[in-house]
Amino acid sequence: MQADIFRRRLLCLRKQAIQSHAQLDPQGRANSAPVPFGHFKDVHQSFKRSGQTPLVAIKNITFDLKAGHLVTLLGPSGCGKTTFLKIVAGLISASGGTIQINGRDVAEPQPDFGVVFQQANLMPWRSILDNVLFPMEILRRSDAAAKLRAQELLALVGLEGFEQSYPSQLSGGMQQRVALCRALIHKPKLLLMDEPFGALDELTRMEMQDLLLDIRVKTDATVMFVTHSISEAVYISDVVAVLSKRPSVIADYIVVNLPYPRSAEIRYSAEFTDLEHRAGRALGITR
Amino acid sequence: MTFRDVRNAIYPLVGISAILLIWQLYTHFLGINRIVLPSPLDILWASISNWDVLLRESWPTFLESVLGFALAVAIGIPFAVCVANSRVLNLTLYPILIATQSIPKVAVAPIILVWFGLGMQSKLVIAFLVAFFPIVVDTAAGMRATPVGLLELARSLRASSLQIFLKVQFPAALPFIFAGAKVAVTLAVIGAVIGEFIGSVGGLGNLLLTANSQLDSPLAWAALIWLSVLGILLFGAVVIAERIVMPWSDVGHH
Ligand SMILES: Nc1ncnc2c1ncn2[C@@H]1O[C@H](COP(=O)(O)OP(=O)(O)O)[C@@H](O)[C@H]1O
Ligand SMILES: [Mg+2]
Repeated sequence: MQADIFRRRLLCLRKQAIQSHAQLDPQGRANSAPVPFGHFKDVHQSFKRSGQTPLVAIKNITFDLKAGHLVTLLGPSGCGKTTFLKIVAGLISASGGTIQINGRDVAEPQPDFGVVFQQANLMPWRSILDNVLFPMEILRRSDAAAKLRAQELLALVGLEGFEQSYPSQLSGGMQQRVALCRALIHKPKLLLMDEPFGALDELTRMEMQDLLLDIRVKTDATVMFVTHSISEAVYISDVVAVLSKRPSVIADYIVVNLPYPRSAEIRYSAEFTDLEHRAGRALGITR
Repeated sequence: MTFRDVRNAIYPLVGISAILLIWQLYTHFLGINRIVLPSPLDILWASISNWDVLLRESWPTFLESVLGFALAVAIGIPFAVCVANSRVLNLTLYPILIATQSIPKVAVAPIILVWFGLGMQSKLVIAFLVAFFPIVVDTAAGMRATPVGLLELARSLRASSLQIFLKVQFPAALPFIFAGAKVAVTLAVIGAVIGEFIGSVGGLGNLLLTANSQLDSPLAWAALIWLSVLGILLFGAVVIAERIVMPWSDVGHH
């Protein structure tokens, strides 16, 4: 029963997100062939090295991202996942290729994106509440409504009552929850997450994955999530883009049709392990 | 005052008491001449009977140190911020700073006395000169040590340079700045005393020299003790300021 309500709400949110995107379509193209929310074509990245040939981190990444979807970039460490995420965030500019979000070319940081890094990166001198409000201050939108939203977000991730604590008083998992709230405070259109749960222990990690699924129901953000954990990728995603070793290309593009809402039991289902197998094959781990 | 403060105060007090006791017994039983080494009780007595002189002479030394230190903070922090954020300024000014720093202040003191006279001004300048360097070096180090993740976060929101400085770099540098300030404030007292030694009409340094030349060792030692108390008080003031400015540094380590 409860599950059914959740699923309907989720579907409803998805539809809204897709519709709102269709309205935003800047080229005014026919709705029958909408521009995807995110469009990445021939993205290439090489780094100059002194006295050596350039290091090609990303050879070619091409895929489309639907509005409201969660796509995971799954790949071995050093294959260029962080690099790609930073390119999408506008923090570094790609050596080549096209990056379009919402019909705009991304060449510099976009204030309507939210970013969560592997480290929580909280400011030790700010209270938890003020850490969450940091983006609003930078965007000069820090008002009573923002504060209320920060409190709601903190309650949503189970940190009610910690508003006035300092980061040093929180555990790693709690800090990462705060970082998630901070990334969501300005209602970003796109949420970029770079191995956000990588530094957490297994149990906390699974809790955080459920939290992320829960938060997706409540926000309409599109999410790009980076991980090197196969089960994490399959569990949380709509699509898993598997990257090869460096110089990376997309080795497989796996659509995950597991039903929502997802809970831990699903990890033991046949469909789930099949998807894990497929991702493992794409990574060259299983045959 | 918490239990931790009390506990932290007890250990040094026990240590000092033990030293004083041994010192007292040593001078007493071996009959050491008080000109060579006065006993703690001699010094205490000299402190009490001359308290008015000591208090009067503390005032100029206190002012010289505090004002010199304040000037070093007021000029040193903006200077370090500029040097840390500008490659050109860094390349231009840092070598000069290090070159001037390597000149012993005792050697410069007579020249400064010629320029600024025998009054408080010259001591203030010397105190400033010795306090300046640690403030600049530590502030500049702090400005460069901003965590990359925080800078990326700010950049991802397209924060302005001023926002990045005020909301990220500067608060992140505060622990470094206070580390520099703690060194600087004790050096400022030393600087003031160096100035008073070279030539002055007042201050604890002057009193110490005068007492010494009159072979009044207990008074000279009393002046020395007052000097160190002055240093400790100023250091404590910086620590208290640090706790007020950075309340977060005191939590989460229980
Ligand atoms: N700024 C840089 N300069 C040179 N090489 C870099 C730079 N950033 C990343 N690399 C290299 O690019 C490759 C991909 O790095 P990264 O994106 O961090 O991988 P991942 O996040 O998948 O572990 C690595 O070999 C790394 O050494
Ligand atoms: Mg990485």
